[in-house]
This record gives sequence, C-alpha cells and structure tokens, in this order.
Amino acid sequence: MPTRFPASSRLLHWTMAAMVLTMLCIGVAMVVSLGDYHVLVSIHRPLGIAILILVVVRFANRLLHPPPPFPRTMSALERRVATASELFMYALMAALPLVGWGMLSAARYPIVLFGSVHLPFILPHDAMLYAALRRAHTILAYLFFLTFMAHVGAILFHTLIVRDGTLERMAPWSIRPRGAPASTGRSS
Amino acid sequence: MSTYVEAAAETQRQPIGIAGTLVRFALIGVVLAAIAGGFAYLGGWLTPRDLTPARFVDAFEDVNGVHAGFRRNHAKGVGVSGFFESNGNAARLSKAAVFRAGRVPVLGRFSLSGGQPHVADDAGAVRGLGLQFGSADGEPWRTAMVNLPVFPFSTPEAFYEQLLASKPDPETGKPDPAAMKAFLDRHPETGRAMSVIKSQPVASGFASTTFYGLNAFRLIDPSGDSTPVRWLLTPLQPFAAATDASATRDENHLFGALIAEMHRQPLRWQLVLVIGQPGDPTHDATIAWPAERTHVNAGTLTLDRVDAEETSAATDINFDPLVLPAGIAPSDDPLLSARSAVYSQSFTRREGEAKQPSAITAADVRTGE
Repeated sequence: MPTRFPASSRLLHWTMAAMVLTMLCIGVAMVVSLGDYHVLVSIHRPLGIAILILVVVRFANRLLHPPPPFPRTMSALERRVATASELFMYALMAALPLVGWGMLSAARYPIVLFGSVHLPFILPHDAMLYAALRRAHTILAYLFFLTFMAHVGAILFHTLIVRDGTLERMAPWSIRPRGAPASTGRSS
Repeated sequence: MSTYVEAAAETQRQPIGIAGTLVRFALIGVVLAAIAGGFAYLGGWLTPRDLTPARFVDAFEDVNGVHAGFRRNHAKGVGVSGFFESNGNAARLSKAAVFRAGRVPVLGRFSLSGGQPHVADDAGAVRGLGLQFGSADGEPWRTAMVNLPVFPFSTPEAFYEQLLASKPDPETGKPDPAAMKAFLDRHPETGRAMSVIKSQPVASGFASTTFYGLNAFRLIDPSGDSTPVRWLLTPLQPFAAATDASATRDENHLFGALIAEMHRQPLRWQLVLVIGQPGDPTHDATIAWPAERTHVNAGTLTLDRVDAEETSAATDINFDPLVLPAGIAPSDDPLLSARSAVYSQSFTRREGEAKQPSAITAADVRTGE
C-alpha cells in the first residue's frame, strides 16, 4: 500500500472537493439563470467564504502534515507538476473567494452571508475595479474548472492505466483492486 | 504504452494488455466528457435559445442601441439623496432596522424608462425611482420603483417578448402594430394591467408622482412570522395632472422641474406598506390587491439634494430589488429573481465602460434651470 494522506487531509480534501464542484456548478448556472438566480447567488456567497476559510485551514494542515511521497511510477518532472498543480488549486481556492469579495466591495453590493451577517467591504467603491475583478472572477473560475478536469484525468490515468495506487493515497477509506496483491512494491 | 505495462509489472499488478488499456482510456474519456457535458449543460451551452440575463440585456441593446456607461434601461436620470424618518409603525411587522423609529440616510435616482440616455422627456414615459435606505456598509434596503400601480408583465419571458415586439421598425420608426397585437393576444394579463394603469391620471412631474414597488415581498416580524406586503411612496407635494406636452417644452423639462423644485424645498413622500391577506396574489405583479387592504404609514422620505450622474454616488449603485435587509424577504414572484439577474448583467456591462456625459449635467443641477 502506498502511504495514505493523514485522515485530516483526506477529510479536508473530499469536503472541499464537494464544495468546489458545487461552487463551480452554481457559478456557471447562476449567470445564465433568471428564475433561480437569487437562490443560487444566496448560496454562492457563503459557500465561497466557507471555502476561503477552509483553504487556510487546509494550507496549515499541509504544513503540519506534509503529503506522503508520490508513487515511484512518477518521474521527478511529474512530481513537480503534480505538486505545482496542487498549490495552484490552493491558490485558486483562496483567490476566487477573495476576488468575489473584492468585486462585491468595489460595487457596493452588500456581502450577505446569512440573515443579518455580512462582511465588511475590502475595496473602495470603484466601477472599473469592479468590472476588472468581475472579469477576473470568471477567468479564474474557468481556469479552476480546467485544472479540476486535469486533476481528475491525471488521477484516473494513474489509477486505471498506470495502476500505481494514486487514488488510494487520498481515498476516504481503504480501497484495493480485486485480485491485486496487497503490496504495490513500495519499500515502505 | 510499454512504459505503462512496465509500470504495472513493477507494481506487481496483472498486465491489462493493449485492449484493456484502450478500454480504460476510453473510460477516462467518458468520465471527463460527462463532467464537461454536465458543466456545459448547467452553463446553458446546450440550450442556446433559453432566455438568460445576457440575452435579456442584449434585447435592450438591440432595441435602444448600446450607450456605453449607461444603464441599459432607465438610462436617463439624476441622483438624489436625503433621509427616511421611520415612525416605528411597521416595526411590529418587520424586524428590519429601517422600520424602527429613527432616521436612516437615503440615496436614490429618478429616471425615465427606456435605454436611451438622451431621449427627450416625455410625461407619458414610465418614471422610475431607485432608492437605497441605509448605508451600503450596513444592511441596506434597495428598491427600484416605478409610477405604475401594477406591472404590465407577470413573467420575465413576457417582458422579453414585449421588448422585442416594441422594437421600432427601421422604415416607419415605430413598433410593428401587428407584432404588438400578437403579443397582447398571447398575454391578456398585459391588457388587463394596462387598463388599470391607464385609469390613473399621470402626475405633472416627478415631485407629485406616486411610486410603487411593483412586486410583492414578505415582511418578517421579530418572531419570524411573515406577512405579504407591497409598498408605495405617496407624494406630500400636491398632485397636478400632466397636460399635453407643448412643442415649446425643453427636452429635459421633467428633470428640470424636479431640480428647480428641489432647490426651493426638500421633496417628501410617505412610505406606505400595503398589507396582504392570505390568498392575495404575490406571484403576479399584473394583479392589484383589493383597495380595502390595510395601509400602514411607515414613515416619511425626504429628498433634499440632487446631483448629476457624473457626481452622484447613486450612479454606480445597482438598485437591485433583492438587496434586502433581514426582515424583508422576496415573495414567490418570478420577476424578482429575474430583475436581480438582469440588473446585475446591465450593471456589470456599464461599470466596465467609460462614462459618457449625461443629459442632465452638473451645471444643469447647479443652476436649477
């Protein structure tokens, strides 16, 4: 068995995976929606802030519990690309809510989380700043979607084709393909 | 592919062979295509004919032309500010801070309907008043009101259809009467609403105009109970009916008169909450509630300052009717979410464009014409 991520990392990963996927779906749906726009936006704001909080927790968790080593099937270059893509997704999970918060601030939209709970403005009232951040929000979101697709594709490739147990590192529970020996040849 | 086979051998898994590898690649492709397809479906790429906020605003631009920096509807306007003095009467119906006895600042904008920022004032055009009660960094309440007791459309789709039908024919310069008649045949509710609207005399100017919140909302009281509500602003300035516009009139006569009146004295309106009964339609803005419904006078709006769009803080505010404080909630009216979505789309477009001079300039506002 390859070394798995610690339980805290796996919990954060899958919780945030569900949140981020929900967020991308809401985001792309709300901008083309008339009837559901308000409900979707009302979920989008607090969910985005929750992701911002969790990504900070997650980054701290990563420093406290460094990821287990990559499977031996991965070359040095692949490992660098994989690490960079993980950090890139962390950056996007922080940047997207911050840009969203900033753009609403620049437009003077109240940033309501729920009920009377709202966030302070973090930028001055500025039309052009709002427009630029609004565009950046869309571009970053599509970039996130593409990164997410690459991430899923890479994991599936390693799991189904290379069969080096990459998914097992992050699986919420222990998985082992039928008929496969327990050891993957890792020295650990 | 041999490296994968080697890798599999290295990890002591059973080789899956070329065919097995291809099947697995296909499986990965199917999974990724399904994710991309689901995303494309949600994003509306698979239903290009559905009405979206962008398509709605495109229709405004199609009918009126693109006027960079201006609102795509209610393009011509002036900013105003003042305060709202709540008398506390509505505090038992809504926990919103704005209804507690006391004073909150108000920012607003008077406007005329239509997407042309330099159109000549027409007493028959729909008049708008966007308001923000309270400051943006607190819990603001925004409402975009018009001088119509009911709205002519019950759904965003009907509004959109009418917008397209109202597009002037390039040859005659007027909308195609056949298209408008076909629209009214499909939407009898619009005809009924228009007769309610036409039964009301039009005021001579903004100052003596009654403005209506159009949609139903819900008030949430401190114990969480909800009451259907509509609201209106009744002027404390004496009513005078509009007369037929004469040819000598200035093309900004409505705004000019408003500015002159505001230079003389602050203008005041009473905020009236119309309390709905169970069974009163809240989902259909074309239908008025019975006249005997309880009216609660919630307080007095005073507007004592007028600014041109160039200098008004209201210019870069989106008077989104769903910017509501806790204590006021949306009803089941489908127009509300659609208004929020379309206003937001119009706002996003105009905020990224360089601002052009407005019809009513800072000099016009200073002199009071």
